[in-house]
Order: sequence, then C-alpha cells, then structure tokens
Amino acid sequence: MAGADGDDSLYPIAVLIDELRNEDVQLRLNSIKKLSTIALALGVERTRTELLPFLTDTIYDEDEVLLALAEQLGNFTMLVGGPEYVHCLLPPLESLATVEETVVRDKAVESLRKISQEHSPVDLEVHFEPLVKRLASGDWFTSRTSACGLFSVCYPRVSSTVKAEIRQHFRTLCSDDTPMVRRAAASKLGEFAKVLELDYVKSDIISLFTALASDEQDSVRLLAVEACVSIATLLPQEDLETLVMPTLRQAAEDKSWRVRYMVADKFSELQKAVGPEITKNDLVPAFQNLLKDCEAEVRAAAANKVKEFCENLPEDNREQIIMTHILPCVKELVSDTNQHVKSALASVIMGLSTILGKDNTIEHLLPLFLAQLKDECPEVRLNIISNLDCVNEVIGIRQLSQSLLPAIVELAEDAKWRVRLAIIEYMPLLAGQLGVEFFDEKLNTLCMAWLIDHVYAIREAATCNLMKLVEKFGADWAQNTIVPKVLGMANDPNYLHRMTTLFCINALSDVCGRDITTKQMLPVVLKMSEDQVANVRFNVAKSLQKIGPVLEKITLQNQVKPVLDKLATDKDMDVKYFAHEALSVLELTYPAHD
Amino acid sequence: MAAKDGSKMSAAAIAAEKVDGFTRKSVRKAQQRQRRSLSSSQGSSQFRTHGAVPVDLSLSPLPQLMPECVNQQELFTQKLQQCCVLFDFFDSVTDLKSKEVKRATLNELVDYVSTNRGVLVEAAYPDITNMIITNIFRTLPPSDNPDFDPEEDEPTLEASWPHMQLVYEFLLRFLENPDFQPSIAKRYIDQRFVLQLLELFDTEDPRERDFLKTILHRIYGKFLGLRAFIRKQINNIFLRFIYESEHFNGVAELLEILGSIINGFALPLKAEHKQFLMKVLLPLHTAKALVLFHAQLAYCIVQFLEKDPTLTEPVIRGLLKFWPKTCSQKEVMFLGEMEEILDVIEPTQFKKIQEPLFKQISKCVTNPHFQVAERALYLWNNEYILSLIEENIDKILPLMFGSLYRISKEHWNPTIVALVYNVLKTLMEMNGSLFDDLTASYKNDRQRCGTPSRLNNPYPHTLSS
Repeated sequence: MAGADGDDSLYPIAVLIDELRNEDVQLRLNSIKKLSTIALALGVERTRTELLPFLTDTIYDEDEVLLALAEQLGNFTMLVGGPEYVHCLLPPLESLATVEETVVRDKAVESLRKISQEHSPVDLEVHFEPLVKRLASGDWFTSRTSACGLFSVCYPRVSSTVKAEIRQHFRTLCSDDTPMVRRAAASKLGEFAKVLELDYVKSDIISLFTALASDEQDSVRLLAVEACVSIATLLPQEDLETLVMPTLRQAAEDKSWRVRYMVADKFSELQKAVGPEITKNDLVPAFQNLLKDCEAEVRAAAANKVKEFCENLPEDNREQIIMTHILPCVKELVSDTNQHVKSALASVIMGLSTILGKDNTIEHLLPLFLAQLKDECPEVRLNIISNLDCVNEVIGIRQLSQSLLPAIVELAEDAKWRVRLAIIEYMPLLAGQLGVEFFDEKLNTLCMAWLIDHVYAIREAATCNLMKLVEKFGADWAQNTIVPKVLGMANDPNYLHRMTTLFCINALSDVCGRDITTKQMLPVVLKMSEDQVANVRFNVAKSLQKIGPVLEKITLQNQVKPVLDKLATDKDMDVKYFAHEALSVLELTYPAHD
Repeated sequence: MAAKDGSKMSAAAIAAEKVDGFTRKSVRKAQQRQRRSLSSSQGSSQFRTHGAVPVDLSLSPLPQLMPECVNQQELFTQKLQQCCVLFDFFDSVTDLKSKEVKRATLNELVDYVSTNRGVLVEAAYPDITNMIITNIFRTLPPSDNPDFDPEEDEPTLEASWPHMQLVYEFLLRFLENPDFQPSIAKRYIDQRFVLQLLELFDTEDPRERDFLKTILHRIYGKFLGLRAFIRKQINNIFLRFIYESEHFNGVAELLEILGSIINGFALPLKAEHKQFLMKVLLPLHTAKALVLFHAQLAYCIVQFLEKDPTLTEPVIRGLLKFWPKTCSQKEVMFLGEMEEILDVIEPTQFKKIQEPLFKQISKCVTNPHFQVAERALYLWNNEYILSLIEENIDKILPLMFGSLYRISKEHWNPTIVALVYNVLKTLMEMNGSLFDDLTASYKNDRQRCGTPSRLNNPYPHTLSS
C-alpha cells in the first residue's frame, strides 16, 4: 500500500503500515498506537483516501486492536484535514460502534461523541445524524445500544425537523424488545432529557421515564431511578408532584430489592433534586422504609446515607424530623442482624452529632456510639473509632473514653492481623485527642506490645506508629517513655525482636534528633554489629546508612566507619554488600586513605 | 486507606462467617423475615405481599379429594386457593400445623393431577396457574455471599423448598397430564409467565434449577407459539451474561435445554439459529465461569456442526479467536471441545481450517503447563484425527515439527517428553522423507542462528553485583 514505492522518507511509515497487517497482534497493536504518526507522514489527503478505507476494511480484528483504533480515531480530526473533513472518520467508527465487545463499542461511541462537536451544523445533519439513525435501526442489538449514547450530542445543534426524528428514534429504542437496548436507553435518558426543550421533557421524556420505570426487567427499572435525578432537576417544582413523584414512590417500594437499593444509593441526589417540601412529605417516610427494608443490601445502602440525608434536610425543622423519624430507625440499625448494615451505619453515625448538637448527642447518640463500640464485629468498632474526630468537636472524646479503652484494647488484640493493623493506624489520632497522660497510662503498653507481634506487617506499622507519636508528643517524651523500651529489645533472645529495635531506630532517629540518636541509639546499633545472626548485622549496616545523616561528621568517622569497615569484611555476602553500600552512601570510602 | 481496609476486613469477616455460616445465616434470615412483616408498605416478593397482610395464616384441612364424587371441582379449587397462602420458613416455630396442612394438600394435589383423568377442566386453569405463580415467582434475594463461587462455595438453598418442591412437582404433573390443553393454558402460561420462569434460573439452589429445566423444556415442547420467544429470551440472558453482568447461575441448565432444541432444528438452518451460534454461543466461551457450563456448551456446538457441517470453519475460527491466553484450565477445555469437533468434522472442512488450527495446537504442545501440553498431545490418540492428519501430513508436519522437536528436548515434564516422542514417531511413520528434511533444516537453522538456550544463561545474583 502507501509509502512502499521507494521514497526513503516514507520507509519507516511503510514498516508501520506493514505491521498493521502483521500476524502478531502485538505488532499490529503497536502500529495502531502510532497511527497518528502514519497519518501525519501520509498527509491529510492520503489519510482520507487510503488510510481510512484501509482501516475500515480491517475492522475484523482482535478486540484489543479495535479498542486502540477506536480511541485513536477520536483524535484524528486534524489529521484528516480539520473539521471540514471530520466526517471521513465516521465510517470506521460506525463499524466499531457495532462490534460485540462492549469496551470497543463504548470507546467508539466516546470518540464519536468527541468528533460530533467538531462537525459543522450542516455536516452534523448531512453525515452524523444519518449515522445515528442507521445505528438506531440496526439489526443487531449492539448498534442500537451504541446509538443511545449519540442522540444527546447531536440534538442541540440540528434543525427542528431532525430534532423530531431524533426524539422519535429515542422513543423507539426505549421500547426496544431487547432488554440490552432498553437498558442503554434508560441509562442515557437523563442525559438526553437535559438537552431537550422543557415542553418535550414534559411530554416525551416523562412518558418514557414512566414506561422504563415500570419495565418488566428490574435491570431496566433501576436505571430509570438514576434518570429520575436528572429529570427532577430539570422540571419546575410544581410539576414534580404530578410528573415524577408517582414513579419515584413506586420505585422506592419496588418488588425487586435491586431497584430499592438503587433508590437508597441515590437518595441524597434525589433529595436535592426534589427539594425540601417533597423531601419532608415523601422522602422522609420513604427513607424510613428503606432503613427498615427486608434486604440487608438495601438497609446498608440507606444507612450509608443517613448523615447526608439529615444534613440536607430543611433547617427549620431538621432537628424535629431527625429526632422523631430518623433516629428511631437508626437506633434499630445499631442492633441490626447484618454486620454490613451496622458497619455502614458506624461509618456515618458520628456525623450526626454535629447536626444535632451537644445535648442531643449526649442524650441520644452517645448510647448508640457506645453500643457500636462494643459491637461483636470489629469493622463496626473500627468505623466508630476512625470517625472520633466528629464527636470530639461536639462533646469531647473524654465522654467516650470509658468505653473507648476496652474497645481499643480488644481490637489491638484481635486475632485477625488486618484488624490490628487498622487500629494501629488510628493510634496517632487517638493519642492526639486523648492527650499524653491518658496515653501513657492506658495505651503505651499496647503500642509497645505491637513491636513484638508475630506478624511482620504489624511490627512494621508499630514502628511507624512510634514515629508519629513522637511527632505528636516530642523528643523529650520519647526519651523518657519509648526509647529505653525500644533499646531494651536489642538484648532480646529472638533475633526478629532485635531487628525491630533497628527498624524503630531507623524510624525514630529523625524525629528524636541528633542528641538522642548519638548518645542513646548509636551505641546500641554499633554493639549489635557483633550479633551472631547475619540478618541483624546487615540491618545494622542499613540502619547506620539510615541514621548517618543525623550524626555529626566526626561521629561518623570515629565510630561508624570502623564498624562498617569491619562489616565490609564479614563472611556473609549480604552483610558485606550492605556495609559497602552504607560506606559509599555516607561517603566514608576514600577519605580514610587520603 | 480506610476504605481499602474496610473491604479487606469485610472479606475476612465473610471468610470467618463461612465457618459457621449456617447458624448465623438462619438467625439473620429469621429476623429479616420479622422485619418483613413490620414494614408492610413494601411489596418485595410474592411472599411478602401476602405475609404482610395481617390475616390469620392458619389453615384447616379440607376433606379428601375423591375424583369419582360430585363437587370435586369445587373442592379442587378450594385446595388450590388454600395453597396460595405463603409461610415463613425462616421461622421454624410458628404455623407448624398450617405448614403441614399445606404440605399435605400439595401432595394430594400432585397425586390428583398425575393419576386422574378428566380433572383438568377449563375452569380450573386460572386457579392452577394462580397457585403456581403465587408460590414460585419472586424476586430472588441478594446472594448471601457476594463473591459466590459456584465451584467452591455451598449454594444458598431455598428455605421454603418443602412447599416449593411440591409446587414445582405439581406444575410438572399439570403440564404432563394427558388432558392438558395448551390451547387453553396459553392464556395463562404466556410470555410473561415464561419470562418470570426464566428469571428464576438464576437461583442458587440447584434443586430448583433442575425442576425449572424440565419444566421449561415441557413448555417449549407443548407451546409452539412460545418457542421463538423462549429462544429470544434465552439469547438475551446469555448476552447479558457475556457482555454485562458475568453472573447468572442457570447457564448450564439453559444450555442443556438448548442442546435438545438444536437437535430438533429443521434443515436448512434459519439465519436466526446461525446467528445464535456465532454471536451468542461462541462468545459464551469467553466467560470466566466457563468451567460451569462448558460440557453443555460444547454439546450445543457439536449439535450445530452435525446439523450443518459448513459451519465448521467459522466455528473453529471463532474458537481460535477466543482462545484463552492466560487461563490454562480453560485452554484444556478448549482443546477438549476441539477434539469433540474434530470427531465429527468432514475431511473437506478439515482442510479449510487445518492451518490456523494446527498453528494453535502447535502453541499448545509447547505450553509450560503440562496439562495443556498433555491435552494437546492426546489428540494424537484419536484414530479419526490421526487419519485426518495423515491425509494432510505435508501441511501439518511443517507446522508442528519445530514445536514438537523443541519440546522433546526441553520440556520440564517427563510425561510430556515421552508423549512427544510417541507423536514424533507417529508423524515420522506417516512421511519419513519430509520428517528427515524438516529435521535437517531445523538443525541447520539452529546452528546458523546459534541461539543459546535460555537455560545456559545463569540468573545473575542480585546481591553479588
């Protein structure tokens, strides 16, 4: 094909083009990814007359190649000669929009949407809109699903007759006999409604919405719920009651839990879209029902929204609504039988305290927090602990400390290491809120115990935790409370614990400062260079490298270098390696010989 | 970070729950059911619309049905209506007596429609179908285990099975009764009915799916007007499974029904059927859970090829297109299916696809996963395939030779090496001179390129550098 006629400058291009036909998928893929280079070399004319027809013909290929092609063509406008010629890109993209593989099709639609903007209004009607129509009346469902995503991009820029046709096509697809197409149409309903004139929203979209929302397949009905948000936003308040609410009410009580789940999941958006009046009259009871739903999935989705829903309630009687309608349901959820429901609630419940204020929090919410802190499921307890800061602002964490402590201790000793890990990560936050005294008294032992956990990830997190604590409480505190304990472990019979000392020193030297590092930590590290276990010795080398920058030059020369030199002649290969590495990083290698 | 941990945690928690999942699940479900009756405004499933109405659920036994007596029809209807009352099986304490009454009544109804003639009068059809619809059609609950792996995990069984089983049994007897009149029944067993029936195939309970399979098969056999509709809806389920959700529990059962449907297709095959083969059955091979329905799927494919051998080429090309790239387990299944296809292939068709096919097989024999290599080499144990290879040895040997020769020297697994020697020996016997030529040119190539074996290249020690 092109470029193969001896012109030297086109030779690399000829190779790329050959590779477009190579048997090896990877080579074809590489070539497709450089398609813009090929087009640039060929020039706009030959790209239009040769490259694009060639690409249109090769559509039968591996999905991977097609995906890359679909993506490339979306950025091809300038390469075919600018907006004037952008319609040349439509034939290959049209074929790509009909293939079976969803990702390819979606990418083709994405590119078509992109280049639709580059069409002039005339070209849009002459070239683009006919393509949409062809796709919309295609035999196989794939082309019809693709069409659904294209209506909204051409509608605003075409004449009113064409607009009428587009509306008609969309209507047809909404009642397509394959559920795949109806799903595609339902998922684009909101988007399409946004570009329609308000009158047509009221006449066309509402009837489609109502029909899709009572489709025989729940997978279609639940997509209508999503559209409901956009549609409700578009309509004036006075029409919502008659046009949208009957359908929304029905969806909230749908016999399929998937639809109810969707309503729960979209509840905040729906609430904003329908406004305060309808929220008060309709959504509050609907939300109560969702919180009491028979399926745990629905309850969990609703529980997740409790805080947002309450926050967005109209302020004039927010407190009253929460206290009389929402809180009773929330109380029930605290002792739900399903742990996912409880843990969803636990992740948001603390947020209610800022909304309800100090007195209500103490009287009504505190018992719930305490109950959740004692929950049998660790995830619930963790979610409460991780949100303590919200409560702290309102009533202070001390109110909780009596229950908090047992909960923390229990989580700290949980049999699952991931639970222990999670609680360690909250330790700095807790320490900050509870204060140094409380910490020293109750939590310090725990933090030290993690250092000798039998799971490495926990020991590692524990060292990191110590560093953060020192950042909070300062070097003096470190020197008095944790450094002696850490250094004590250097004599532990278990080499893993001895190594933990080194890891702690790595983490702490920076925050503890030069003084503590030189006077207290360094001697211990140096002494450990004589450990029997090679792993400890090469970790000494690594530690020295790590804490070196904190030390004075003279200390490095006089104390560190001799030890590293000795380790550099160790019998163990790894010890030697790390000793050499430390020497060179600390620039201790050659000055000795000067 | 918190979210990530949260998900890890819940996975861990689920794993922990599996240990004694049974008790907890039952406790949980029982309480959920209690909730159900509290929140009466929501109609979840068929169960709830009934359970929610605060009526007295207690049933008292009606007199025995006697086919030879008068007024039996009325009694039959009463009994059918009685069986429309639904009970909460998560609650194992309440309504015990009434549950027993319903069970006995259902048993009696099953007997009544299976042993008597003349009991299926036209007036009974609405009550019969209403009883069935009320009992079995429902929105399936969310799976207790979101990562349900049908291969590993125990399925959640339908709690109300003691009744539901009898209702299914009744439906089956009803359809199989010699007096059964499709012309009357089609008013009730319509598209909507079939659609709801098909949705139930997603149930995790294999006992239920088994009943559904037989029942749908009977309906397909008796209601000619519903056949195209049923096929189309199965199509939709499969397409959704392939391209949208990747989740449907009843694929194997539906394929099993299709297997016998395809068997009955008239020749020449309609375009609709060919499209189903190419655009639905072949892409089904891409599913992650292929292992759960591969046997049924391969059976359907072979049925098609036996009907119309000209489909062989596109089908094999389709399979080659979807050939698994990383999943060895699936690759073994593909090779198995290929053998089933080759078993029925016509020699003329074989010639059309031998090149791409043996290129793939040649890749398979060099697969480091010994099961894949082994499965590919087993093709040489098949007499018919062997005869096809022999007929086309001049085309196939050059495609296979390099791989086989290399594997005979390099494969890590001694069983594979032994198998390869046998295969090479067989091929040599088929065409000795070609074999010698290929050996010579292979050795030449090797010397010329001087490509050292990767094994000679010692792996550098990271720390010694």
